Amino acid sequence: MYAGMLRVRLFEERVRELFAGGRIPGFLHTSVGQEAIAVGTAAALRPDDYVLSTHRGHGHLVAKGGALRGLMAELYGKATGICHGKGGTMHIADVSVGYLGANGVLAAGCVLAPGVALSIRHRKSGQVVVAFFGDGAANRGPFHEGVNLAALWSLPVVFVCENNRWASTTAHRRSAAGGAIAARAAGYGIPGESVDGNDVLAVHAAVARAAARAREGAGPSLLEAHTIRWVGHFEGDPQAYRGKDEVAEGRARDPIARLAARLRESARLDDAGAERIRAGVVAEIDDAVAYAEASPLPEPHDALADLYAHYPWRD
Amino acid sequence: MDFGEALNLALREEMRRDGRVYCIGEDIVLGVPFGVTKGLVEEFGPERVLDAPISEAAIVGSAMGAAMTGLVPVVDMHFADFVTCAMDEVANQIAKSRYMFGGQVDCPLVLRMPYGIGRSGGGHHSNSVEAWFINIPGLKICIPSTPADARGLLKTAIRDPDPVLVFEHRGLYRMPGEVPAEETLVPLGVAEVKRPGRDVTVIATARLVHESLEAARRLAEEGIAVEVVDPRSLVPLDRDTLAASVRHTHRVVIAEEGPMRGGTGGWLAWVVMEECFDDLDAPIVRVAGPNVPVPFSPPLEAFVTPKADDVVAAVRQVVK
Repeated sequence: MYAGMLRVRLFEERVRELFAGGRIPGFLHTSVGQEAIAVGTAAALRPDDYVLSTHRGHGHLVAKGGALRGLMAELYGKATGICHGKGGTMHIADVSVGYLGANGVLAAGCVLAPGVALSIRHRKSGQVVVAFFGDGAANRGPFHEGVNLAALWSLPVVFVCENNRWASTTAHRRSAAGGAIAARAAGYGIPGESVDGNDVLAVHAAVARAAARAREGAGPSLLEAHTIRWVGHFEGDPQAYRGKDEVAEGRARDPIARLAARLRESARLDDAGAERIRAGVVAEIDDAVAYAEASPLPEPHDALADLYAHYPWRD
Repeated sequence: MDFGEALNLALREEMRRDGRVYCIGEDIVLGVPFGVTKGLVEEFGPERVLDAPISEAAIVGSAMGAAMTGLVPVVDMHFADFVTCAMDEVANQIAKSRYMFGGQVDCPLVLRMPYGIGRSGGGHHSNSVEAWFINIPGLKICIPSTPADARGLLKTAIRDPDPVLVFEHRGLYRMPGEVPAEETLVPLGVAEVKRPGRDVTVIATARLVHESLEAARRLAEEGIAVEVVDPRSLVPLDRDTLAASVRHTHRVVIAEEGPMRGGTGGWLAWVVMEECFDDLDAPIVRVAGPNVPVPFSPPLEAFVTPKADDVVAAVRQVVK
């Protein structure tokens, strides 16, 4: 999980640099500082379990095992991107690792998840599906509809709220009545648990419990993982709405440094080991960037492909 | 067999054929209010005939989640008007799933859309909303007018690897008609000439097909031979059959039930002009509802309902 978090962190930091350098088009939302939730969750899942993600979803995909080459090339808008340049940062999917899509619409995954779970139940595959969403998304109807349906039918879903205190630029306390998102679970008769989202072991344990419960047929759970966004809502966000002390607090609770300290205490990580891990991750990211840079842009008329199963289609 | 029974037959046939097909919607176990899903639970059980809470976003969204991972959901929208409560799921999620993900997933689901004017349904239970969806790339749209077409198109929609909306006019559910004894599929994108005629082509959908046939019978007495062409599916559209008819008659009326502004007839008129503008001997005339919501009171509702009289008037205008 240490290597996994470092992988997400360094990937996101590289993407920020590339975006600032004009290599990546679009709007960019990165998850720097929030790595423990993506990695702790993915580590508690089976490889064939599903994830439905958000607009801030790179970390979820990297943690779930998505190949960095296809992901980076997609962020570049290249033909070799996992979605051939049709999705980009906010609409990317890698079905081969069970990542059923980032999403530009908040809480959208909360209503897709019960259907994925129906399919799991039909196939008796014992999988679970995780629906990630943010604290802002918890105020949308699909959150409530999705949790209600999953609870009603005891479906194998784990709802994971990443509460980073900000719905875009609006504070959590100014957008969510009642405060705790986890407390909303009580209204649907399912377990609701609040965890330190900057403690990867705590996240892992909570998701493992929820996933085990789901696999047993006992139904969904709602986890609220508290974290802090180190960066703006989007790249270039001047963040006039919050003080610098919040980012300082986030850095002081850096999930990677915290796990490293624990590993060093128990002599499971030393300087040489940390350097070896970092070098491996950097090499992988370098390779992904080189692949994306060398890849061709899509042919413009490829904009017409992939709409229907059969191509060309006719109006 | 009536239109609703034909749809019920299609569902039974497809659910027997393919264990991945399931139905989901509000009140579908009892088949309320139109009876289309009545009796399915006795044959297929509650695992495949799912009565959902009144949660349109979750019903439609879950259908996409299931479709992407191996099932074939058939959603009963109860009243098509309520699709607004799941518009993100239809327009942003379902329609774009294959495209945005670069072809990684199929999304084989069907949205059954009971729609249309009549019996004082009022503003939230009467709208003809098919025009909203022809502007959304990624969806397929069919709109049957007879029991045989209803059965054949629904069966095709269920087997299609893409999301298909089936618009079922609620005024047609109890309409009887011949349905072939053998299993018959009606392909998407194949129009049918419902009545041949040499003078004017009337392109009409669903209930307006029947109004147009009535208009054609009346006009025949005046010596005007009307050809009624039913596209049957709006996406994909059978341009060839429409164009062939127009090249033969040189005059066109396009009839639909929903509001005139932004209606499907505007798109069809453009297609006709693109395919065969030089064959037209008169401007195209459209029949559609006025640009108001559907009112409740019977005389008000009757006023905004396009009918045979309107088609007759439109035909007289193009042959003038």
